[in-house]
Amino acid sequence: MMSIHVKMAWRNIWRNPRRTVLTVSAIAFACLVLIFMLSFQFGSYETMINAAVKIQTGHFKIQHKQFQENHNIRKTIVHPDAVAGILDKTPGIAAYTFRSRAFSIVSSEDRTYGALVIGIDPDKESRTSTLPDLIREGEYLSQTDTDKALIGRLLARNLKVTTGDEVTLLGQGRDGSVAAAVVTIKGIYSSGQDDFDRAGLHIPLAYFQQVYTMSGQVHNVVAIVQSLDRVAEIKQQVQARVQTLETGNSLIVRDWSKIMPGLKQAISMDLVSGLIFWLLLIIVVAFSILNTFLMAVFERTREFGVMMAIGTAPSRLMKILLTESLFMTVVGMGAGIVLGIFVTLYFQTRGIDIGGAGELLNQYGITGRIYPKLSVLSTAIGPAMVFVITFLAALYPAVKVRRLNPVEAMYFA
Amino acid sequence: MHCQLAWRNIWRNPRRTAVILTAIIIGVWTMLMVTALMRGVSNGMVKNAVSTLTGEIQIHAQGYRSDPVIEHSMTDIQTVENTLTDVLPEKAVYAFRIRVNAIASNARHSGGLTLVGIVPDTESQVSFIGPEAMRAGRYLDETDKNGILIGEATANKFDTEVGKKLVLMSQDTADEMASRAFRITGIYTAEMSSTEKQFAFVHMDTARDMLKLPDGISEVCILLPDGENLDRTASELRASLGEGFAVHTWREILSAITAYLELFDGFMMLWYVVTFIAMGFGIINTTLMSVFERMREFGVLKALGMKPWWIVRGVLTESVFLLLLGSAAGDLLSIVTVGVLAATGIDLSSLAAGAEFAGLSRIIYPSLTVTDVGMANLVVCLLGVVVCVYPAVKAARFTPVEAMAHT
Repeated sequence: MMSIHVKMAWRNIWRNPRRTVLTVSAIAFACLVLIFMLSFQFGSYETMINAAVKIQTGHFKIQHKQFQENHNIRKTIVHPDAVAGILDKTPGIAAYTFRSRAFSIVSSEDRTYGALVIGIDPDKESRTSTLPDLIREGEYLSQTDTDKALIGRLLARNLKVTTGDEVTLLGQGRDGSVAAAVVTIKGIYSSGQDDFDRAGLHIPLAYFQQVYTMSGQVHNVVAIVQSLDRVAEIKQQVQARVQTLETGNSLIVRDWSKIMPGLKQAISMDLVSGLIFWLLLIIVVAFSILNTFLMAVFERTREFGVMMAIGTAPSRLMKILLTESLFMTVVGMGAGIVLGIFVTLYFQTRGIDIGGAGELLNQYGITGRIYPKLSVLSTAIGPAMVFVITFLAALYPAVKVRRLNPVEAMYFA
Repeated sequence: MHCQLAWRNIWRNPRRTAVILTAIIIGVWTMLMVTALMRGVSNGMVKNAVSTLTGEIQIHAQGYRSDPVIEHSMTDIQTVENTLTDVLPEKAVYAFRIRVNAIASNARHSGGLTLVGIVPDTESQVSFIGPEAMRAGRYLDETDKNGILIGEATANKFDTEVGKKLVLMSQDTADEMASRAFRITGIYTAEMSSTEKQFAFVHMDTARDMLKLPDGISEVCILLPDGENLDRTASELRASLGEGFAVHTWREILSAITAYLELFDGFMMLWYVVTFIAMGFGIINTTLMSVFERMREFGVLKALGMKPWWIVRGVLTESVFLLLLGSAAGDLLSIVTVGVLAATGIDLSSLAAGAEFAGLSRIIYPSLTVTDVGMANLVVCLLGVVVCVYPAVKAARFTPVEAMAHT
């Protein structure tokens, strides 16, 4: 059984359908925009994170505790196979690979540069990172290659080398000895991220271990998990199990947010600035709504005077007004949520072309299209903010009505 | 006369006028605040990048930009210097540099960086490096033939400090590996730690000596007074230097930032329209209500023989007054707010790594251009009038009899 003031409120708002429709549209519009934009932001973060982790860092990395500080070649994982055993047994891990790296002097026939030499396991790497897809010239490494290398586009240009040319590597091995090798360029990769394309060259891990006297040890175990949402949980499991290994105490598991704190902070900064934008937008909507509520109350002053004169308590009047605004908000939110979900899902399947911003976004690892990602959170935040603010906007006229004097109100023209 | 009528009409119900004006003011303020923040962000990015080492115009030997090595140096410095004196406006400043990739190493560590040979006095006029950027030690002077300046991040990475040695290796003009030991004279800090990691500065003469380059330079970096006539100056330089030289403005060098700036204008327009729609609902609603309230009045006017078009014009003129008033007040409020915020700047230091990843400076100074304000007002007034056509037409459609019967 609907109470009388609910019924009155419902009928009141349809006394002037035009106004109600406009107010409801304003609320629906705000919800629609917020749902879409938040989903868009979340979607682009996921694209950024996945692009960044797939090029280099992985969702998480296992390495020696002190390796991150200055990449000392002696801080290694002594038993990579034991770590691999753990990862094999952990559910939710999509792929993992081993990597080693050493800073070396790289010389071509007429140029010399300092660069990073990275040892990769060709097969495992292709499951973990996008490196094989980035080859623009020549071919990716095969499992049986030894003295072959992949090189970044910019480094290749600086060294003036192309596929088939030889380069000399000169560095320091793990045992302090001189590490030297001549490798043939087999492929040139280009990721669009200048830093990555300038940084170094990749050689097969086994060959790296031989040249840099690694005796089977590696620097990083890089893992990709099946879903970004589960990174923290899986990281913790792996961390706990790694501790039980013989050399486990010297190892640490770092997730992408620790490896690339800049990315993590950039995302939270973008989120905060996004929230400021949307909050401002909601304030505009709130004024639009306050506007309507206030005008409605002014217009109906006479009616309120009559109601009070025949004995309606001011608190009841206030209740009716608040219920009216609640109805409009709920209807508007409902419509906005449905439309928002609809629009977002449409773009989620089609993607949004970001052609114009290509070069800029390449640096963040975003290529081609951005896909908004609808989630409970992105659907809930916007409408919740709209609800709170419209409620506050409705409170003012509702409180004002309590102070009406019946006699004056009835004379109000 | 209808202007006078409209003006008086809007003040017949001051309360309603106040409500509608508030909505417009808040709308305009919101539009402009967001633009001012983003403008501040992009100005910071540009300023940061320009002062890092880019300058506003750079001159290199042909081929240096795609292959930055010592053999792509400009050797005919006299020509360059003469052209610069001829073409540049009086207050422009410029500096010569040698800039090559090098490998630095000490007992603990080795890594790649960019070796920049500078003339200490002129360099501090065009870029951030100078006595004020020093965190420890001191800036280079004419006598420091073996001194080197490194960034704080590099110092941390190499675990070193002022007074210690650092060995640098690079390819010289004879294609040999030249190496030389330097003593760290000073450690500088920069807006971004990537700058600190990348650049090490030595005296120009030392760099020439080490790289066996008797009189060449790699780069000229130019700052114009207030950045004026950027493109014109660049093309004049291009014309008078002729073949063998490459002249680039910062817009060409910092292509990612230029792309961002282009994106920015599109985003701003989108934001204006979205905000307007949110505010437009309120404007239509209030105008509609005012029209309905005055139904009787419109009926009487029509009965007296006023043409429907006059009524439309009347209502629209009222809206235009409201929109203009609201925009003007909104502009004023925004300018004051931006002024207050710009005085101190908005500090992002707590998110420094993120700011750096996104290429922002640590402090953002919001700012507005005349175009931004103009665009926002244009959108508000133009679309405002468009949405008010509906209530205006509604008013013109009331039939006299019906309208006068309405109470």
